[in-house]
Amino acid sequence: MELENFLVTLMAATVRVATPLLLAAIGETYAERAGVLNLGIEGTMFFGAFVGFFVADMTGSLWIGLGGALLSGALAGLLMALLTVRLGVNQHVSGLGITLLLTGLSLFAFRLQYGGRATPPSIEPFPQVSPFAGVPILGTLLEQYLLTYLTFLLLVPLAWWLLYRTSFGLKVRAVGENPEAADAAGVNVFRIRTIALAAGGALMAAGGAFLSLAQLGAFTHGIVSGRGWVAIALVIFGNWDPLKVTLGSLIFGGTFALQLRLQAMGLQLPIPYETFLALPYLVTIVALVLAGRNASYPAALLKPYRRE
Amino acid sequence: MSSLGLKLGLRIEKTGAPLWVRPLIPALALLGTFILTSGLIVWGKANPLETYYYFLIAPLSSRVSTLEVLVKATPLILAGVAVTFAFAAGYYNIGAEGQLYAGAIVAAWLGVALRGLPGMVVIPLMLAGGFLAGMLWALTPALLKVKLAVDEVVTTLLLNSVMLFIVSALLNGPWRDPISNWPQSPEIAAAAHLPKLIARSRLHVGFLIALLVAFLLWFVLRRTALGLRMRAVGLGREAARFAGVPVERTVLTAALISGGLAGLVGVIEVAGIQFHLIGDLSPGYGYTGIIIATLGGLNAAGVTAAALLFGLIDTGAQTVSRALGVPVYLGEVTQATLLLVTLGMLLLQQYRIRRARS
Repeated sequence: MELENFLVTLMAATVRVATPLLLAAIGETYAERAGVLNLGIEGTMFFGAFVGFFVADMTGSLWIGLGGALLSGALAGLLMALLTVRLGVNQHVSGLGITLLLTGLSLFAFRLQYGGRATPPSIEPFPQVSPFAGVPILGTLLEQYLLTYLTFLLLVPLAWWLLYRTSFGLKVRAVGENPEAADAAGVNVFRIRTIALAAGGALMAAGGAFLSLAQLGAFTHGIVSGRGWVAIALVIFGNWDPLKVTLGSLIFGGTFALQLRLQAMGLQLPIPYETFLALPYLVTIVALVLAGRNASYPAALLKPYRRE
Repeated sequence: MSSLGLKLGLRIEKTGAPLWVRPLIPALALLGTFILTSGLIVWGKANPLETYYYFLIAPLSSRVSTLEVLVKATPLILAGVAVTFAFAAGYYNIGAEGQLYAGAIVAAWLGVALRGLPGMVVIPLMLAGGFLAGMLWALTPALLKVKLAVDEVVTTLLLNSVMLFIVSALLNGPWRDPISNWPQSPEIAAAAHLPKLIARSRLHVGFLIALLVAFLLWFVLRRTALGLRMRAVGLGREAARFAGVPVERTVLTAALISGGLAGLVGVIEVAGIQFHLIGDLSPGYGYTGIIIATLGGLNAAGVTAAALLFGLIDTGAQTVSRALGVPVYLGEVTQATLLLVTLGMLLLQQYRIRRARS
């Protein structure tokens, strides 16, 4: 019974922990599928977490806060598009620059708005909903945030369908694989990449906003703490496919949740708990090695496109 | 973005941007950055002009704060040079942050383990050990790159996070300070402290080491066969291979030197400033190094100048925060904006040249 309880709460936590990772990773999947590695992801998540919190606090509405976060993420994506798609600037440097910019900007604004307060500001976060409240196991397992439901049940199928079953998705994949051919076929490479980056940025910011608006109800300096880099790993681990990325997010979320549980239980493990945290990164590197030369990177990733 | 690109551009351009505009680009980028960030300053309820005075001039008006600029620039010069070594050879080492901590771990360990030995022995050993550790942490992604063609951007980036967990495991486990119970390693021996360059300041020998390493970068890139090969590979891997350059060996060498130098950043921060290993030893020097290397145009003088400017901005941001109450994060925002504006301007210029040709 105790074990059952442990497993059920662990699984429920896994899905919760996976949600922000998945949101950001789906955003990164679109950016990379269109040929742009967006290392601005860490900063975009942080920015989304801040803007979401700030707007929600100002307007008193969590949903408007989420909307603000989505918008701010789209803007961050557009900035990345301006640099890497329009101007053809080196993608890693632009991405890291955007991460530095958005991190600094969020901290600057946070200090300015909330600096003098004795207690850190907080808001009433999104509640968890439980369609099967009172039912054993299912009641606990499915007690999740609405945003989690939306992410897993709506966003993931939509992202998959859009990428593989629509002409827009075909264009995204085409400009990421062979922009010259796509251009010759009449696809506007710049526009498709820009759209993918803007939409991807919005999802990254939504991942950050999930942390501040649902999980914490607050904004802290360590709120994102490397989750953007986890999402980068996830996209590779999931082979740039939204469904496999989802599976990966559950595995990554699971190791993280397990580590948290074990720490909370005060168990003395023979290995440091950080091992669990480092595992997803190592597994991703091993996956890259195993795939080796066959790793299915979008062929035009990191390559700026110019019309001659 | 290479000098060849610029040379080609200049050769091609006839009616485009005139030559004298080029040295103006950094100045114009600075101006553009200040215009862009002035909105934030006004939001912070300060006067932009007054703010820029405290930001860029006030730190240089006293001896103490001028030295502080050099202290802050020291790890940035080294990190910028470390990144440049790799980038110049077309190897995108995003992992300097992790390599830095690898060096810091070894420095913190040797600084305690070699207690009783004189500084003349301990300090060179720490520097060598830190260099080796950084190299070792850079080895796996470099080998994966040259042997299996596994992209280095992602592997080096992910290993940064792994290294942070190793540091965290050390500091929360065996190295937790037994006296204070804080997550910091025991203090290194006094003999292991880097000697001060100037008494009653924080400026230490690491600054000279950084300048020396920057000079070595210039020497290697411009005056040695290795440097020539690195630049050739950086400009175009296939062309270099065709010209008979041993591409794999060159990339591997550049990647390992880069990792080793990043390891040195960790050593000088432990032995020169903190005297412990702590979790936030580096506020992201490894990443800032990438920005500095890019702003510095991947050459020694440019990198040193960019690092000094960033040191000034870091010091100035603290001055502004104290004097006018504008949040200190203005520094980060200014640095990032400067990078993005400069990148945009450099390429706008190239773009025009390209257009002029057709």
